Amino acid sequence: MRDVAVVGFTQSQQQRRTTGTTNGVEMLVPLITDAFAGLGITKHDIGFWCSGSSDYLAGRAFSFVSAVDATGPVPPINESHVEVDAAWALYEAWVKIQTGEVDTALVYGFGKSSAGDLRRTLALQLDPYTLAPLWPDSVGVAGLQAQLGIDQGKWSEQDMAEVAVRCRRAAETNPYAQVTGSKDADALLAEPYFAQPLRRHDCAPITDGAAVIVLAADDRARELVERPAWITGIAHAIDSAHLGARDLTTSPSTVAAAQRAGIDGVEVAELYTPFTHQELILRRDLVLGDGVRVTPSGGALAGNPMFAGGLVRIGEAARQISDGTAGRVLAHATGGPALQQNLVCVMEGRD
Amino acid sequence: MSKQRAAVLGTGQTHYRAKRQDVSMAGLLREAIDRAMADAQVGWSDIDAVVVGKAPDFFEGVMMPELSLADAIGAVGKPLLRVHTAGSVGGSTGVVASSLVQAGVHERVLAVAWEKQSESNAMWALSIPIPFNMPVNAGAGGYFAPHVRSYIRRSGAPNHVGAIVAAKDRRNGAKNPYAHLQQPDMTMEKVQESQMLWDPIRYDETCPSSDGACAVVIGNEAAAAAVDRPAWIHATAMRTEPTTYAGRDQVNPKAGQQCAAALWKMAGITNPLEEIDAAEIYVPFSWFEPMWLENLGFMPEGEGWQLTEAGETEIGGKLPINCSGGVLSSNPIGASGMIRFAEAAMQVMGRAGDHQVDGARKAVGHAYGGGSQFFSMWVVGAEKP
Repeated sequence: MRDVAVVGFTQSQQQRRTTGTTNGVEMLVPLITDAFAGLGITKHDIGFWCSGSSDYLAGRAFSFVSAVDATGPVPPINESHVEVDAAWALYEAWVKIQTGEVDTALVYGFGKSSAGDLRRTLALQLDPYTLAPLWPDSVGVAGLQAQLGIDQGKWSEQDMAEVAVRCRRAAETNPYAQVTGSKDADALLAEPYFAQPLRRHDCAPITDGAAVIVLAADDRARELVERPAWITGIAHAIDSAHLGARDLTTSPSTVAAAQRAGIDGVEVAELYTPFTHQELILRRDLVLGDGVRVTPSGGALAGNPMFAGGLVRIGEAARQISDGTAGRVLAHATGGPALQQNLVCVMEGRD
Repeated sequence: MSKQRAAVLGTGQTHYRAKRQDVSMAGLLREAIDRAMADAQVGWSDIDAVVVGKAPDFFEGVMMPELSLADAIGAVGKPLLRVHTAGSVGGSTGVVASSLVQAGVHERVLAVAWEKQSESNAMWALSIPIPFNMPVNAGAGGYFAPHVRSYIRRSGAPNHVGAIVAAKDRRNGAKNPYAHLQQPDMTMEKVQESQMLWDPIRYDETCPSSDGACAVVIGNEAAAAAVDRPAWIHATAMRTEPTTYAGRDQVNPKAGQQCAAALWKMAGITNPLEEIDAAEIYVPFSWFEPMWLENLGFMPEGEGWQLTEAGETEIGGKLPINCSGGVLSSNPIGASGMIRFAEAAMQVMGRAGDHQVDGARKAVGHAYGGGSQFFSMWVVGAEKP
C-alpha cells in the first residue's frame, strides 16, 4: 500500500440555516479556495476529485452536477461522486491513489438540511415496500434503538445526558460548532422528552454545512505540510437493513471496519454519532479505554452537516495529528438508519 | 506497490422491459447478480465488496436504495459503496470496482448498476424546479437535438446517417435476448418514416425507457486464473467538465476527448480504429454514434459519419459498434453504462452469443452523462495488459 495522508482540511461554519442553493456551490467555493491557499497549490495540482452528497436532501435530481461547478473543472478533471457521506468519497479517493494513477485528491461533501424536513426525508432510506410507507422518521428509529439499550441495562438516560454535556462543552473550543455549552446532566434530564426516551440534547441539531479534505501520497504529502496525518488503515462495512433482524444495541459493521483498519493505540476517537446513545454503542464496541479522548470537536451533537459530517470527523481527527496534539487517531463515519453503515479511518503522525 | 492486474470474471444482465412489474427492486438486482456470479463461477463467500451504481434516487422514489437492498445484494458485513455520476454512472461503477482490485484492496468485487424507472416517474424526477436555473422543459431529446443539428451543419453529414445507426442498432438488439426492443426487420426507410420528435431526431432514433440491471464480477490475477477467458482490464478513465461554460463545445466535448486520450494512452493504443475490434458506445440518440466516433478519436473531426455510412460499424465491419443493440435497444439509465462495459467484456471473453464479433481481442466500453459532461470508459482485452 502507498502511504497516503490528509494534508488539508477546511469546513464551513455549521449553522441551522444558510441562504444559498442546495447544490452546495456557495459553501464549497470558499472552502476549496482556502484549502488551496493553505497548501500553496492550485486546482491543477489535484489528480482526482470525489464528492459525497444526496439528491433527496437537496430535493432535486443531479444536485452534484451543479456542485461540480465549485471545482472550476476547466480543463476537464478526473472526478467521481458517491451518494453517501463524503467520508466514503475520501475512501474512493484513497483507493484511486492506491492504484498509482494519481498522487493527490480533493474530497468534498455538502448538505443543506434546512431545505426540507430532515426527519421525514431520512425515513425514505427505509425499505420502500414494508417500512417507509409507515413513515418511521430518523429520530423515531433512533429512539427505538436507545430504548432497547435502556431496557437491556446497557445504558441509561443519565449516561446519554452525560454524553451530551461532554460533547457540547467540548464544542466551546470549536469555532465551527453550531451548538456550544451545556447545562449539567441533571438539568438536561429535567427537560421534556422529544421522542421518548430521547430529549432534545440526545439528538444532533439540524445543520447546513460542507467540508473539504486534500489527500496526498508519499513525498508529495511531505512537501505540502510539516506533519501529514498518514492513513494507516481505512475500511467500511454495512449491516442489515431490517431493523428487527439485527441487534440495534451493537454495531457489527463498525467492529468489522475497525478490525480491518487496525485501531490499536489510538489516543483520540472522533465518532460520528448523531444521537447520544450511539456514542455509548461505539465506545463499548470499539473497546475505547478511559485514556482515549472521544470526539474532542464536540461531534455531530454540536453540529451535523449531513453528507459532510463523516468527512468533518476525519478532518478533525487529522487536525489532532497535524497540530501535534496526538500521535495516533481514529475517525468514524456513519450513514443509514440506526448506524447501519460505518467507516473507520486510522491516522498517525510520524516524526 | 504497483498497480495489480484486474479482469472481468463474469457478467450478468436482466431482461430489459419498460416495466418489470414481475420483480421488486431487490429481485431485479438479484437477477443480474445471480447471472454474473454464475458466469464468474463464484459464490457469496468469494465476494469481498459490493459497488452499486444508479442514476438519481428520484427515479425510483427511494433515498439511497442500496441501504435497504444491502441484504438482498449480499453486502451485509462487507463494504458497500454507492456511486452516482449521472448517466455515466454504470461505467463509473465499473471503474470504481476495477480500482478496488487494482489498488490491491480486494481480490473479488461485485459491481451492479440498475434503474427501475417504473417504480417512480422519471419525468417528474427531472422536472423538479431548481432555483436560479432555466427549466429545459424538453426532456433529453429536446436538450440534445440542437447538438445534433450543429453536428450535421459542421460535418456536412447527409441526413440519413442517423437512420442508418438506428436501424443497425435495432437489428443488433434482435440478436440479444436481453434487449428491450426486438426489431429484427428494422430498416433505414422505416426509421425515416417514423414520427419526427425533435428535429432531426425521429421516434425510431431514440432510446426506450427501460427497467433493468447489469452486474460484473471483477477479480485480481489469482482470481482470474480460475476463469476460462477472463476479460483483462487494460485501462480505465473518467473525466468531468461543467454543463456550461464560455466556449464549451457540446458537440465534441473536451472532457470526452481528454478521457479517450488518457484511455488510449493507458491501454498503449496509438490507433484506436485499427486496434479496437468492438466498441460499446453510449448512443441514446442515433446521431451520437458518428459524434462519439470523432470525440473518441476513432475518426477525424467531421468524418465520423463516413464510417457509419459505409456500413463499417455493422457486425463484420471495420469497427462494429453496439453489437448488443446498444442504448437504442435498452436504456435502464443507471445500468446503461455498465451494460456497455459488460458487453465489451463479453466480446473479448467470446460470450456474446449471436452478436459476437469473430475473433474480438480488444474492446472499448463507453458511457456519458449529464449534458455530455461526465465520461467513463474502459478497454478490455483477451490478453493480459
